[in-house]
Formats: sequence, structure tokens, C-alpha cells
Amino acid sequence: MTQPPAITVESLSHCYGERVALDDVSCEFARGSICGVLGPNGSGKTTLFSILSSLVPTQSGQVTALGFDLRRHATEYRQQISVTFQAPALDRRLTVQENLLHQGHLYGLSGRVLAERSGELLEQFRVADRTGDIVDTLSGGLKRRVELAKCLLHDPQLLLLDEPSNGLDPGARHDLWQCLEELRAERGTTIVVATHLMEEAERCDALVLLDAGKVVASGSPSELRNEIPGETISIIASQPETLQQRIRESLQVDVRRTGELLRIQQEDCQTLLHELVDRFSGDFKTISLGKATLEDVFLARTGHRLAGDEQ
Amino acid sequence: MTRDAALQFAEHTPAPRGGRATWLGIWTLTRREMVRFVRQRSRFAGALAQPVMFWVLFGAGLHGSFKAPDWALGEMSYQEYFFPGIAVLILMFTAIFSSISIIEDRHEGFLQGVLVSPLPRWGLVIGKLLGGTLLALMQAALFLLIGQAMAAAGLAPAMSTDLSILNITLLLVFMAVVAFSLTGLGFIMAWKLDSVQGFHAVMSVVLMPMWLVSGAFFPAGETGFLAWVIRSNPLTYGVAGLRRLMYSGESPLPVSGALPSLGVCLAATFLFAALTLTGSVLVSRQTVSSKSPRSASKRK
Repeated sequence: MTQPPAITVESLSHCYGERVALDDVSCEFARGSICGVLGPNGSGKTTLFSILSSLVPTQSGQVTALGFDLRRHATEYRQQISVTFQAPALDRRLTVQENLLHQGHLYGLSGRVLAERSGELLEQFRVADRTGDIVDTLSGGLKRRVELAKCLLHDPQLLLLDEPSNGLDPGARHDLWQCLEELRAERGTTIVVATHLMEEAERCDALVLLDAGKVVASGSPSELRNEIPGETISIIASQPETLQQRIRESLQVDVRRTGELLRIQQEDCQTLLHELVDRFSGDFKTISLGKATLEDVFLARTGHRLAGDEQ
Repeated sequence: MTRDAALQFAEHTPAPRGGRATWLGIWTLTRREMVRFVRQRSRFAGALAQPVMFWVLFGAGLHGSFKAPDWALGEMSYQEYFFPGIAVLILMFTAIFSSISIIEDRHEGFLQGVLVSPLPRWGLVIGKLLGGTLLALMQAALFLLIGQAMAAAGLAPAMSTDLSILNITLLLVFMAVVAFSLTGLGFIMAWKLDSVQGFHAVMSVVLMPMWLVSGAFFPAGETGFLAWVIRSNPLTYGVAGLRRLMYSGESPLPVSGALPSLGVCLAATFLFAALTLTGSVLVSRQTVSSKSPRSASKRK
């Protein structure tokens, strides 16, 4: 028997006054996987995240998570999940230990069980030597680790993370993702990540792409990438507008521009690449050839980029 | 989802959450308020030192022009009159400052963490209100002690207050109820507001005037519009109740229109506390996530 999905969202719509934040969204998140909700700012992913974390009640549609109908069993559901927001939900005036203690109490843990569990987790996240330190004195990366330890105290089945890499340097990001992957592998925790970063989306097992409150695509990163055949040439130029114009005129190909980045997409780019290098070698800083990225998928589905507008 | 599917998830499900878990959550929030207070010493200075200074300075400055109210027993110095008023001011300051932490908690993300926890909203309210109440109570009690000691040492005019063990116990209980209602009032306002600056504005136009016209600072007349304002102010009964409990020994204060009876004071104060608690629980059920500065800016 196949396992039921951890979360099933059916025809979910949500409005803030006149503005529609989610428009008939349906999607599923498989149990024991890392799922990403990818979309630009304003795509509705924060609203979806708030509904999944039970902060915002469902207006219309149905959300079933971990077997609970969120409309009716929010309290039982909350006992099974953990949420991390963009800003670490730690009390910065308290010590690491005190933060874990309060969290444990909120979830009904106390005494020896709580002490042992927090000890284990602080050890696992390599912050055991900072237990007595005031949270304010920790770096952003350490705060994230403390927060993860705090979130896992009650052994949640579902972990929701909103832009988890926010404010983290590349090293700390790498660290965080390693922790998440370990968690999925060792405990089978379902992890849902809301993000607007390609790099994070690529590390997910499955993705839901949101734009303007609608689901525009869903599937694993490789499935999504395979939707777009052919290859992509990316060029970074110092005078992108002029170069875009010149390439279009001389080679008759479709060139898209975002900032200083030019992209050309077609079935076979090998010959074109040689031609570009021969003719315009002095006009670009870098040129590269690759398969389609999630960014290209998003672009193909919506007509605009995840960040910034296509020109 | 089918019943089978729901059962598959049940294998992880911990024991159902009982009342103990809720009280543990409430206790932890109360305790957190205390610890945070101890770590911010400036709050202590603001909430206790300033009112003590008010008491000494206003007491000395206004002593000459003060006319004791009709219900006063014999001679009553302004400092003696002002004494319970200052205790209520301390309750108010401390209670209000601990409500401001709601706004900080929201900005720092801690509040969202509590909101997504299984602690019911009423538990969050009680935890927060109890924390504010205990802090306020401790400081007001300390002030009563300091005031009595200063009067005994001759640093302040002598007071004919009568503080037996029973009176002190009753005073503490009564002050706790006043503090609870004021923390509740602060909670209702803080939940709605998005900035600490906004809270300060509300404090100066609502809370300070409320205290000024409670009979704490000057005696109420028997007639006139101000007398009505004072009578309809719930804090009036807090100040008057405190005043009565300070003198309820062998020579209690006489009952007059300007100084309501102890029964009326108790009823009004308990009612006010019940109303602010209900109000706090009701507002706490409203969604606050959209007020988070980060998520709000993201949704634009």
C-alpha cells in the first residue's frame, strides 16, 4: 500500500480584502520528502505557508495535513508540526538552554525527558558548547541551528521552513541543508520549504511552482527541467542591451535579457556557441552552455523571471 | 483523507495533550516574563524609581496647596493622600511595559513560535497577563514597604495607615487583580498595534489620563463633569479600594460619593479584570501573522 501524502491541498483560495493571494491551488506533498514551494515575492507562497502552519485559517478549499483537517483539528495538528519563520523565533535575551526549555514546555515536555532531548539535539547540531550563552551573542548560522534544535524537541512529523537561508552565509546555508537532509534520512520527517532561491529549490525532492497565487508547475526538479528540451547559452555582458540587439540582427535568434544576463534557448546550441565566440568575443565577460534550469522552466510557464522582469 | 490513511499517521502520535501541558505552557510564558525583566534592569528603574521620585517631589511641592478631602481622617498630608495613587501608578507602568513586549515578541518572531504551538490562545493570554501581574505586584509591594519605611524614618510625613498582616494580604490580592486588569488592557492595545512608538502614543493619551482622573493625583469633587469622569473610570475603584484597605483597621475611612465603599471597589475591579481578560482572549484569536514586518513586505 502506498503511503498517503503528508499534505493534500485541494482548491485552496485565499483573499486579503479585494486582493487574491491564492487562487484555486491544489497540490500534494509526499511523506518523508523535502518539498519546495518556489515562487517570486508576492506569488502567494507566504500565504500558503501561513495556512500550512495554521497561523491563518483556511478561507475556501480543503487542506488535509498529517491526516488532520486543518479547519477542525488545528490543535492536534500543531502538536505534530514545527515551523521556522524567516526571522528566527528565538528569544534573543534568553540563553540557548532557556529557549529550548520554554519550547519544550509549550509542547508539554518537562523534566528529565526534556533535558535529555535538548542535550541530544544541541549535540547533534553542534551547539552543545553554547548552551549557557545569550542567543543575541550567536552568529546567524548558529541561531539557525539552535532554532532547528528547538523545533525538533517534540519530534515533529512535519517541518515547515519559510526562506530558511535568509540571512545565512554560504557556509551556513550548506550546513543547514545538510541538517535537513539528515533529518529526512534518519527520522523520515517531511520537510516543506518556501523559497525564491533556485539553489534551494534544486535540493528539494519535489517542487510546486507558484506565480500570482496559482500553481504553474509541479514535479521533481529534474522532471521540471526535462520539460524544456534543448540547451541554453548564458552570456554576461558589460553592455547587454547593445549586444542583445547585435546578436538578434546578425544571427536571427531570440535573445532574452535580465540585467546584464543574456539567454538564448534552442535545440542545439553547439554551433551557435562557436559562432558567438567568433563574432562577439570582445563583448562579453563570460559565456556558458548548459541544460535548462528551473529558472527557464519558470520563465517558460509564466513569461517572466523569478526575480526581475524579462526584457 | 480516508480513515486508513489517518491511521497510518497515528503511529507517531504522542499521548493526547492534557490540561497539565497547557498549564506548563502558561507557567513557562510567565516565567519568561520574569527572566526577561531581570535581564533588563532599566525597566526596573523606569517602573519603580520614577514613581518614588514623583511621590517625594510632588508630595513636597504640592503639600502647601493641598486641601484634604472631606472623607479624610483628621490631618492628611498630600504624600499620604498620594501614597495609594503612586502604588497604582507603579502597577500601571509595570503592567503596561510588560504588554509592550507583545510587540517586540511579534517583531522578533517569538510570538509566531507560540502561536503555532499547541498552547491554546487563552493560555497564551493568561501566561502573558500573569507575568505582567506578578512583576507589577512585586514592585508595588516594594514601594509600599519603602514608603512606610521612609515615613517611619522621618524622610516622609507620618501616615496614619494601618497595615496589619491581614490588611497586607488583602492589599496584595487586590493589587494583583488591579495589575491583572491593567496588563489585560495593555495586551488588548498592544495586540492591535504594530510599533512600540504607537504604544507610547496610546499610553500618553489613554493610560496616563486614566490614572490622573482616578482620584490618585487629586481628590474627586462630589459634583461637576469631572466627578462623573472619575466615577466612570474603572481605575478610580482600584485606587479607592487600595486606599480603603490601607485604613481598614480600627478607624476605617468614612464612605462618601467621592470615595466608594470597599464592596463597590471590589466588584468594579473584578468586573474590569474579567472584561479585560475576555477582551484579551478575543483579540488574541485574530490573526497577527500579516503584521510581521518581513512577511508583510513580502506580500506587496
